[in-house]
Amino acid sequence: MKIKVLIADDEKEFIETLAQRLEIRDFAVTTVGSGSAAIEIVEKINFDVIILDVQMPEINGIDALKKIKKITPLTPVIMLTGEATVENAIQGMKLGAFDFLIKPTQTTLLAEKIKQAHAHKHEHEERIRQAEIENILRTRGW
Amino acid sequence: MFKKLINFIFLLDERPINRYKSLNRNIVIIMLLITIIPLTCMVIINNFQFKTHLRDQIMDPLYSMAEKSRHTFELFMDQQLSIIRFISNTYSLANLGNELTIQKILTSLKKEHYGFVDIGLIDPKGDLVSYAGPYSLLGKNYSQQTAFQETRVKGQYISNVFLGHRKYPHIVIAVEIVKNDGQSWVLRATVDTSFFDKLISGMGLERNSDVFLVNSKGIFQTNSLYYGDTLEKCPLELPGKSFKSQGIETKDNKNQDIIIVSAGFAIADYILVIIQPQSVALKSWHALKTKMGIIFFISLAIILFTIIKMTGILIKRIKTSDEHRENVLTELQHAQKLSSIGRLAAGIAHEINNPLAIINEKAGLMMDLIDLSKDFDQKSKFHELTLSITTSVDRCRKITHRLLGFSKRIDFKIEPIQINTIIHEVIEFLEKDIFYRRLEINLNLSDTLKPIFSDHGQIQQVLLNLLTNAFAAVQDGLGRVEIKTTNHENKGISIKITDNGCGIPKKIIENIFDPFFTTKKEKGTGLGLSISYGIITKLGGEIFVDSKLGEGSIFTIILPEKPNEMEIKNGNPEN
Repeated sequence: MKIKVLIADDEKEFIETLAQRLEIRDFAVTTVGSGSAAIEIVEKINFDVIILDVQMPEINGIDALKKIKKITPLTPVIMLTGEATVENAIQGMKLGAFDFLIKPTQTTLLAEKIKQAHAHKHEHEERIRQAEIENILRTRGW
Repeated sequence: MFKKLINFIFLLDERPINRYKSLNRNIVIIMLLITIIPLTCMVIINNFQFKTHLRDQIMDPLYSMAEKSRHTFELFMDQQLSIIRFISNTYSLANLGNELTIQKILTSLKKEHYGFVDIGLIDPKGDLVSYAGPYSLLGKNYSQQTAFQETRVKGQYISNVFLGHRKYPHIVIAVEIVKNDGQSWVLRATVDTSFFDKLISGMGLERNSDVFLVNSKGIFQTNSLYYGDTLEKCPLELPGKSFKSQGIETKDNKNQDIIIVSAGFAIADYILVIIQPQSVALKSWHALKTKMGIIFFISLAIILFTIIKMTGILIKRIKTSDEHRENVLTELQHAQKLSSIGRLAAGIAHEINNPLAIINEKAGLMMDLIDLSKDFDQKSKFHELTLSITTSVDRCRKITHRLLGFSKRIDFKIEPIQINTIIHEVIEFLEKDIFYRRLEINLNLSDTLKPIFSDHGQIQQVLLNLLTNAFAAVQDGLGRVEIKTTNHENKGISIKITDNGCGIPKKIIENIFDPFFTTKKEKGTGLGLSISYGIITKLGGEIFVDSKLGEGSIFTIILPEKPNEMEIKNGNPEN
């Protein structure tokens, strides 16, 4: 099953090309052009990994990250930005971003990060599921 | 008006070069005027008041003396007149006409009273009919003499001094004797005027003073010490005859300033004159004036000195303060410029990163498509070309990342840093320069260099400044720069940057860390080393330079393991 990736960036050409390249690498990619569109789509569709640009009109990447984390806390978010300040990176990481990459980045590296993020999510979900099962068994006295 | 004065004093319109000189001059002038005008007015008023007061004090005794002396003279003359009148009333004409009797009278007069020389009786025709005295005047006719005529008109007469038949100064005192038959006889006596001299010498006047008698025509009646003898014309312009004493200030024939006090006699045509040189009369005034003058000039000198000195200090302080303010402003401007350059760099980096990302992705996609395609002509060439695009994009990415890194050094941020890493970053930044100028860079970096707490960006800036200076000092192709890092014995670490450049003269080394000191003329701001010094100091470190002319320079930075937080809070060297 393909990893479902959402890319939110206001640079249309960039996301289209990146989407094609990731699709070549067997990812299922959806693209949106703003932070608000990303939030909207996340409410409807469950993605495996989300890639957010920091500098976007209306709602920027950091604010979008905050809202997305509220909607789907387990979905890993990779921040991708042209303005690589340490402050942004620290803020993003504090808010629960999986990683922070600087544009232009190598697609192989990005693909690797997506896979890592997906694996991380998977592991996390698995742990939660296990914990839930253990909890059910414990409550039933098994 | 007030605004104009302020503008004049502080010369708000003038250029700064001469502004301080003019300001100094104007403040001195204004201060001098403000202090000297009231002082001078006070001195002038005091001078006038003291002079008036002292003159009154000096003149009053002179007036008093003139009055008293005149009174004495008048008393003497009146007494002589009374004696003659008494004789005329006591003795009959027959007795007076008797030679023995009149001789007896003269003898008793001489014995009892001072000054009588002779006595004689003149008949109505003017002939001296009876005479007692040292001369043989008997039979002489006096009918044409003023004394005879005046006595017959007024009943009594005191003459002015004259020489007469005896050829020495004397006065005549005469009274009229009217017989029952209406005939008018005259009893006259001659009085020696030496008594006048006795009276004058008894007045006890100051040295250089003069006292004499004149008549209303200005003829001396006694000898003057300085202005003439008896019966000569007095050369001075005297006040008119007045029975009340009066005084004038004038100049004498020798052009000497004198005070003349005079008092006219009521009993006869005499004026008593006292002359005192002003130098004597106003001696105390002159002494006081001299003292006041000395005090005035000393005060003036003290005021002048204080004003000049104080204004000098004031102007110096204003100048220092202005220079300090200007320096701070320039540093601020420079810092703002750096900050805006930083922000601009960050903006440019961000703006470039996005199109770079597109190029990168497009080229990457091209490469993906090439890789996925079957073999075709020049597939490897296409692959190579797209690879070249992504390589160039990667180079651009590194540049923009460096730009972003350097733009972050606006504020102090203390964090654990590794100096060797920063040196590599800076060298990387300068590698193009090093390559094109064929410079030799020797990195002698300690493997065991301990990490320190400091500001990454600020240290980057300092190293960039020092290395840029070192590169400027060395020659292309021959330049050699060594960067050595070691752990410092007592403090944290030391960085030594050695170049084989032209070296720095001793005179310049003294000012090398001063703001705006530059030898690069229009190429340098003169702030690089000053800012570096400021940064290192604020980070608790030290920076010093050792140089030999023609051999090169060594800049040494010592940084502590951890800077003093207070120093960091106290100021950002760039701000």
